Amino acid sequence: MQAFETLVRKYDRQIFRIAQHITQNREDAQDVVQDAFLKAYEKLDQFQGNSKFYTWLVRIAVNESLMRLRKRRTGKMVSIDEDVETEEGSVPRDLADWSPNPEQNYTQTELAEILRKTIQGLPLGFRVVFQLRDVEGMSTEETAETLGLSVPAVKSRLLRARLQLRERLSRYFRRKKAGER
Amino acid sequence: MTCTEFIAKLDELIDGSLASEVRTHMEEHLRGCDHCEVTLNTTRKTIEIYRSNELYELPTSVRDRLHAAIMARCKKGC
Ligand SMILES: [Zn+2]
Repeated sequence: MQAFETLVRKYDRQIFRIAQHITQNREDAQDVVQDAFLKAYEKLDQFQGNSKFYTWLVRIAVNESLMRLRKRRTGKMVSIDEDVETEEGSVPRDLADWSPNPEQNYTQTELAEILRKTIQGLPLGFRVVFQLRDVEGMSTEETAETLGLSVPAVKSRLLRARLQLRERLSRYFRRKKAGER
Repeated sequence: MTCTEFIAKLDELIDGSLASEVRTHMEEHLRGCDHCEVTLNTTRKTIEIYRSNELYELPTSVRDRLHAAIMARCKKGC
């Protein structure tokens, strides 16, 4: 029990973040945190030592999040392995360099808002791969296992996610020409 | 190496998972191509910015409430 409480304290913030990225809804994300840990506790005896507890927990949280998202968007297809073909990002268009430390041109609140808006514009499967791989620091293999995707699929999404985010952030961060604001 | 070939390998360059021979080819390409240099640097920056900014903070009050709820249910044997 004590040990489980320690695990909750250790991972709850990450689980909340991941759930929020998928559901884009605060209440749902909070419910996911609660449900994911309860499910994990229930199935602790089924937990095989072959995958790490964290990866296993994230997989539960991702599934719970998708379920809630589907509930909210009845009728709409909600899937993480839906492969979205986008031209965007394949060949970078905005080639303007960014200002040095471009984030410093914004307040913390403005910056967080820009980053949220930008990542929310990405297809679900892209932003979740980016979040797990680049922000939460999972390996490509762990990300693939967690999302039930192949390793090549994770790789291709990660590249497109990174390029699309870069392209979209350029709007805010590119070096301004003289006289521009 | 063309720009398209460079972009296809961009992730591996960023993640440092390339064989040294390929990396050398990419570094050569970078020396002559501003376009790819900007793409590489700003993509790195993109990742860094997302890593260092917390977008979805879990407020302490909510966190405490969630903990209490989880532990209460677990004590009952779930
Ligand atoms: Zn190039």
